[in-house]
Amino acid sequence: MTIEEIKTLSALEIGRAIREGRTSSQEVTRAMLDLIKEKNADVNAYTYVAEEEAMAQAKQADEDIQAGKLTGDLAGVPIAIKDNICTKGMITSCGSKMLYNFLPPYDATVIRKLRDAGMVILGKTNMDEFAMGSTTETSYYGPTLNPWGEDRVPGGSSGGSAAAVAADLATVSLGSDTGGSIRQPASFCGVTGLKPTYGTVSRYGLVAFASSLDQIGPIGRDVNDVAAVYNLICGIDEKDQTSTETKQLDLEAVKNFDVKGMKIGLPEEYFGEGIEKDVKDVVMQAVKFYEDHGATVETFPMPIVDYAIPTYYIIACAEACSNLSRYDGIKYGYRPDGVDDLMELYIRSRSEGFGMEVKRRIMLGNFVLSSGYYDAYYNKALQAKALIKKAFDEAFEKYDVVIGPVAPTTALKCGESLSDPLKMYLGDICTVLINIVGLPAISVPAGFDSKGLPVGMQLIGKHYSEQTLCGAAAAFQRENDCHRRHADKEVK
Amino acid sequence: MAEYEMVIGLEVHAELATKSKIFCGCSTKFGGAPNTHVCEICSGMPGTLPTLNKSVVEYAVKAGTALNCEITRRNKFDRKNYFYPDLPKAYQVSQLYFPICRNGKVEIKTEKGTKFIGIHEIHMEEDAGKLVHDPFTEQTLVDYNRCGVPLIEIVSEPDFRSAEEVIAYLEKLRDTLQYLEVSDCKMQEGSMRADVNLSVRPLGQAEFGTRTEMKNINSLKAIARAIEYERERQIDLIEAGGKVTQETRRWDDDREITYAMRSKENAQDYKYFPEPDLMPIVISDEYLKQVKDNMPELADAKKERYMTELGLPEYDADIITGSTRLVKVFEKTVEICGSPKDASNWIMTDLLKLCNDAHIAVEDMEFRNESLGEIIKMVSDGKINRKTGKEVLGQAFTNGVLPEEYVEKNGLAQVSDLSAIEPAIKEVLANNEKAVGEYLGGSEKNFGFLVGQSMKALKGKADPQAVRSVLQKLLDEMR
Amino acid sequence: MEITDELIGYLQQLGRIRLTDEEQEKTKKDLGSILGYIDKLNELDTEGVEPMSHAFGRTNVFREDVVSNDAMVDDVLSNAPEAKDGYFVVPRTVE
Repeated sequence: MTIEEIKTLSALEIGRAIREGRTSSQEVTRAMLDLIKEKNADVNAYTYVAEEEAMAQAKQADEDIQAGKLTGDLAGVPIAIKDNICTKGMITSCGSKMLYNFLPPYDATVIRKLRDAGMVILGKTNMDEFAMGSTTETSYYGPTLNPWGEDRVPGGSSGGSAAAVAADLATVSLGSDTGGSIRQPASFCGVTGLKPTYGTVSRYGLVAFASSLDQIGPIGRDVNDVAAVYNLICGIDEKDQTSTETKQLDLEAVKNFDVKGMKIGLPEEYFGEGIEKDVKDVVMQAVKFYEDHGATVETFPMPIVDYAIPTYYIIACAEACSNLSRYDGIKYGYRPDGVDDLMELYIRSRSEGFGMEVKRRIMLGNFVLSSGYYDAYYNKALQAKALIKKAFDEAFEKYDVVIGPVAPTTALKCGESLSDPLKMYLGDICTVLINIVGLPAISVPAGFDSKGLPVGMQLIGKHYSEQTLCGAAAAFQRENDCHRRHADKEVK
Repeated sequence: MAEYEMVIGLEVHAELATKSKIFCGCSTKFGGAPNTHVCEICSGMPGTLPTLNKSVVEYAVKAGTALNCEITRRNKFDRKNYFYPDLPKAYQVSQLYFPICRNGKVEIKTEKGTKFIGIHEIHMEEDAGKLVHDPFTEQTLVDYNRCGVPLIEIVSEPDFRSAEEVIAYLEKLRDTLQYLEVSDCKMQEGSMRADVNLSVRPLGQAEFGTRTEMKNINSLKAIARAIEYERERQIDLIEAGGKVTQETRRWDDDREITYAMRSKENAQDYKYFPEPDLMPIVISDEYLKQVKDNMPELADAKKERYMTELGLPEYDADIITGSTRLVKVFEKTVEICGSPKDASNWIMTDLLKLCNDAHIAVEDMEFRNESLGEIIKMVSDGKINRKTGKEVLGQAFTNGVLPEEYVEKNGLAQVSDLSAIEPAIKEVLANNEKAVGEYLGGSEKNFGFLVGQSMKALKGKADPQAVRSVLQKLLDEMR
Repeated sequence: MEITDELIGYLQQLGRIRLTDEEQEKTKKDLGSILGYIDKLNELDTEGVEPMSHAFGRTNVFREDVVSNDAMVDDVLSNAPEAKDGYFVVPRTVE
């Protein structure tokens, strides 16, 4: 198969072509690596390209497929991995100088599962430092650019994983989502991204940002690919005691899902002021698709949305400041030379190893946890969390799916939000609630704004409703083609 | 000088005797080459997660039940955040908001009588690693072997008024935890450590004085000395018009003084918050019942039973129940030989003497629990005599020989066959004509001498009763 | 909320971070506006609401007490910036 042919195929189609002998894992992997070589410099989606490892893995996959040892849907298909997911012997830097040389001695559970299924790891993708950011501009390795416009950010923090798929430098990828880090870049880059129910995918080996919010999930061109990757990585893991028993998705049922009779709720606050008109219009147009196909749609008030950002940033920063305390220059990662005082070692390792956004959140986290402020901030946020859960519980008594935009805007111009962190935080308004409650949500390309930038629609479901969410997304993608448009022509 | 009263509260850390660590599958074995009982989890590698060891919860509930605590039904873990090289994650997983046990009490006995000490709480947590100073390079070396070994911290109420009470309480705690087999409580290996919070106040004053905390003192003797020192230091300070500073002090056992630690430990903000990586633990009625039903008999109850049911003197019962190892030996011995009295006598006189002579702590004996019972049984069956029994015990204690095998191999079995005894005694009589003559002449005391000579000739293997009767018979025949 | 020099100093101390003067000024402003926004949470009535640390999921998740890890000393030390004789090395700790 030629590179051009491979580029048009979905991951499931590549898997089938390999199994049917029309191509091989090695051929596909080689093609992907060539594409990366040619275009990664433009996009900066990858921080590490695992050329040798990938080709070795592809060779093994071909042998195992031929021997009948590997029979899965995605055996031999290449995948890109966000750089905060530990890969044994492959640098896992989290986009930070702090871990610029960190070679994990173990594989994350999801990586082990992908390897077992014969998927080929192409490399590690760029991200906001320690997943803190919404633009992939805070990476130590420089910003990733949006394939839909070189002056645009790809979103974040899984900007590399989303941009890689959008720029045809991977067919599928893994990202992580703490407050929208899969969904928002998927929206900005015109690809499909699933943030699964908390606990359905093991976090073992995902470098923690905020442990109660973090979740690994797949990004792909269409929901069928996303669902197929999800099936490989989900499931209870004895190494992650927050993980839960999970049912595999029925991929045929996803593909043929009928939305007739489905009850859809639209939170008023997701369509209020602060959301760009273009975004609202495109999402409402998509919602109309469901209405036209027999779903009932109604709006409902969800005033708790107003407290989403404060609650999220308190919880996320509190956990982050604790999770990031282990980076101290002693066991791994960056350590300045010639420091002969312990306190100085801590301070210099951390001051020189972390970027500004990370430091800001560490300070914020220390503030909300420190004695005298804990009750007013952290404890208050845990109370707000209880109320947010209640609001969603009530919504899901009435609706099967809640729909809204993924982000208030389409892809921002580079540098726009770096100078004003609060403005960047406010951009997370539509996504963070989902993490606070641990719900599943999927970002689906819904159309384009007047500038030609992709707009994402977010489908939110109750816990463990991935089957319904993916089905509803697939129904939309069956009759719309915006997710099929490739961004690569726009890249200069 | 006014009279002062001392007020002490204790925080006791006990390492739990689980096989694996609290949050990973690494071994909890003491010692070992540095960083050899360590994995990606207990060394705090990025991306790793804790998995809670089931036995830790069980052991903590057992301890709490034995110490008369209320057991918290919905438990959570919290993170205690601070930077130190022995703490690789820079937080210790512990319990602040919902400790597993609360409101317990322990009865202690001192010369002044009995008293209850309140237990404020018991919580589960992970131990930290060890720092070793390298004097050549002026650097500190870090070993994570101990990192993640499970601990319970037992926090008492400030109920102690003397060092004697503190020691009695620590002994009681140690006995209890050892009986439960939840901790081996070896202070010298650091598996039981006590922090002492101490203040003084003029007798009759209701408010507490300012307290100091003395950390990680590693023997009961040192604790008693440290308390006495610190009490006097605080009183002298107050008498001289000074004030006690609230601070952490370290006991220097060589110089026998306490000194203030220089670190800023005293003003720490630990920023506790609920550990998101571990799920809540819910203790059900059934679980509690199961633990209660499986509680072993503890020291006090055992001692009482030894005295009333088995007829042991109080002194013996006290000594034996003072050590879980002796209890094991004793109970095994009774099981085999059937005589509590014999078992206790042999332990009190022979076994303890062997330990003493060899300078071995009872807990460290490498001695099969079965051996003593087997020896006593051979004696009571007349297979060996008591003297041989002691010899076998010595061998079993020192060289670990199996008693029956040893007796067999060395031909130590008693000669009770009269036909084997008679020729030997005849020879003794022939060789001691003078003594025989005197006996026959009416000197009764020579009989004892002839018994001794006969036993010697029989190398001590003969049943003394049989020797006496054969000797009597032969002498009678000579009259 | 106004962020004082004292508070910003304390937060750096808690996080073992040292900002340059310029960064510190910017951070004071940024944290001020972020916390100002976060204070919006005070408007939310949470009277009598139980703080929720775990939104949902399992309880009583345990691992059996079995030693399952092989020694992996080389792996554990392989990323250490400084190691010696199987130990991690740090500047001398006081005490």
